[in-house]
Amino acid sequence: MNRLQAVRQRLRRGPAPPLGAGSDQEMVDISHQVLLYVEGLSVSFDGFKALNELNLYINDGELRCLIGANGAGKTTLMDVITGKTRPDSGQVYFGQTIDLLGKTEAQIAQLGVGRKFQKPTVFEQQTVFANLELAMRVEKNILATLVARLSSENLDSISEVLDIIGLKSQHDALAGALSHGQKQWLEIGMLLIADPRLMLVDEPVAGMTAQETERTAELLTSLAGKRTVVVVEHDMEFVRSIAKTVTVLHQGSVLAEGSMSDIQSDPAVIEVYLGEDP
Amino acid sequence: MTLANQFSPLHELRNKAPVFLTALFSMTLFASVCNLWVPEDSAFHVSTYTITLLGKYLCYALLALSVDVVWGYCGILSLGHGAFFALGGYTMGMYLMRQVGDRGVYGNPLLPDFMVFLNWQDLPWFWQGFDQFWFAFFATLLVPGLLAFVFGWLAFRSRVAGVYLSIMTQALTYALMLAFFRNEMGFGGNNGLTDFKDILGFNLQSDRVRVALFLCSALMLAAAYCASVLIMSSRYGRVIMGIRDAEARVRFIGFKTETYKVSLFVYSAVLAAIAGALYVPQVGIINPGEFSPLNSIEVVVWVAVGGRGTLYGGIVGAILVNYAKTRFTAIFPDQWLFVLGALFVFVTVFLPQGLVGVFKDQKHWLFRRKSVEDVGE
Repeated sequence: MNRLQAVRQRLRRGPAPPLGAGSDQEMVDISHQVLLYVEGLSVSFDGFKALNELNLYINDGELRCLIGANGAGKTTLMDVITGKTRPDSGQVYFGQTIDLLGKTEAQIAQLGVGRKFQKPTVFEQQTVFANLELAMRVEKNILATLVARLSSENLDSISEVLDIIGLKSQHDALAGALSHGQKQWLEIGMLLIADPRLMLVDEPVAGMTAQETERTAELLTSLAGKRTVVVVEHDMEFVRSIAKTVTVLHQGSVLAEGSMSDIQSDPAVIEVYLGEDP
Repeated sequence: MTLANQFSPLHELRNKAPVFLTALFSMTLFASVCNLWVPEDSAFHVSTYTITLLGKYLCYALLALSVDVVWGYCGILSLGHGAFFALGGYTMGMYLMRQVGDRGVYGNPLLPDFMVFLNWQDLPWFWQGFDQFWFAFFATLLVPGLLAFVFGWLAFRSRVAGVYLSIMTQALTYALMLAFFRNEMGFGGNNGLTDFKDILGFNLQSDRVRVALFLCSALMLAAAYCASVLIMSSRYGRVIMGIRDAEARVRFIGFKTETYKVSLFVYSAVLAAIAGALYVPQVGIINPGEFSPLNSIEVVVWVAVGGRGTLYGGIVGAILVNYAKTRFTAIFPDQWLFVLGALFVFVTVFLPQGLVGVFKDQKHWLFRRKSVEDVGE
């Protein structure tokens, strides 16, 4: 920690962050309080309908949980929103004006949509610090990265995120040497440092201990309001602890939406999902 | 090491370059002095044959470096880097052919011998300008660079990766080999380009020119090594390594991974082409055999033997394997390919980090033992 501070001192006079960083995000028009529109979305793989006329609206600043059995389309939905999968039909809008379909993964990420994968995906051959450094919200073109230097602001924000994810003492360790739960945290940290408008978080507590799960729940609830967070999770206990609004997916479309207690008393939901997985 | 240093390319260069540069230049300068100024009957005399051989190794080392940059750092296993090496060689060969002038067998002041032999009347358009060194120099950088750009752009944009990409690079070099074998292509067919006389007006056969070319190879290798250290320790380099380990994550962070891969591929192809351009005046011939897929696979073996992802590993591997090749092919000419194959299998199974990896482990072991002794005292 002292080392970090010392370095930060030394870099006080470092260059200012590039102008224009963050300008993309400000263009998001949320005049109707809705940040993400998903309308009539259909995706099929070899005849299997992964998503079927799905409609979903996420409000700005909301913390939304998506639940559903395996194959309900949760991960496919994230793939479409982040540009990995092209849908057969339907629309995805970010704010009022930005059409996300037809944009590449990189463009969507730069608009302020961050994603955490189901399986923790970090740069295992690089240090925790370097992982966060790469995820920072900076110029992402080749020339900028060739000459990039760490500014003191960069160091501040990295050290802040290291505090949040509790990996400060391991900032110099290779990410591959972290435990499964710590990798999940590192990946969440990589989302945080990118300062996204919308965070899509796929199974954040898989493989975490009860204590880690609790801390993750605290973190995600604390983010809501400042950011919009969409969480996909199987762990019902966890969903119960964080969710205000829950959306249940079933066979590629929305089966029910509402508060956790509404959902739990919904007969259709009980039949297809909760019934199977009490 | 503080964090600021860890993320400063210049610091990384100061850390890594001195040992490498000292080793490289002490060897090349020693060999050069022993060739030019030590009398021939002395035990320390280095023959011009050896100088040329060492120069050849340095060109191979630069080629290995170019493969390590894409394979070791970005996971792009190119089995066709010999194509860029050979193209660089051909552009230099074309310049050297034009330098021959009317001293060829047929004495034609404009047309190289093979064109006269084929009854061609005019110089083809793509041979224009190659009488100028600067033109050939830029062609050496541009032609392979452009090919790498087009190939890389098509392949990486379509997200071709892994073994499919390796097969495509292999097909690329094979196709070029077949094309260059044809007389109609205008590059001398299967004989290639040879019988060079001068470079920049200096006689290619003289000892001094041989030594100068050898030193040029060493300088280029040193420059390419330093540039690669700087590039790989910048944020750009960390993005490249991220692509190797988790490309999807890099995309979702907001980097256009295709652009990064294309740019690195072009950089690597240009390094390979420079190696080829330095190689040709030293060995005195370039023919389509240089495009042979086997050559490109050999380069990958050098890098694997030396240790990939370290920059110097590939260089060490190229020099050692080629030294072994020179030795072996002199004693058992037919067995060399078996030895090479066995070496590759041995290294892949037992030394996944290459020879450099063994050395690194040894160093750790030494340090550990030393620290235990310190505690004992």
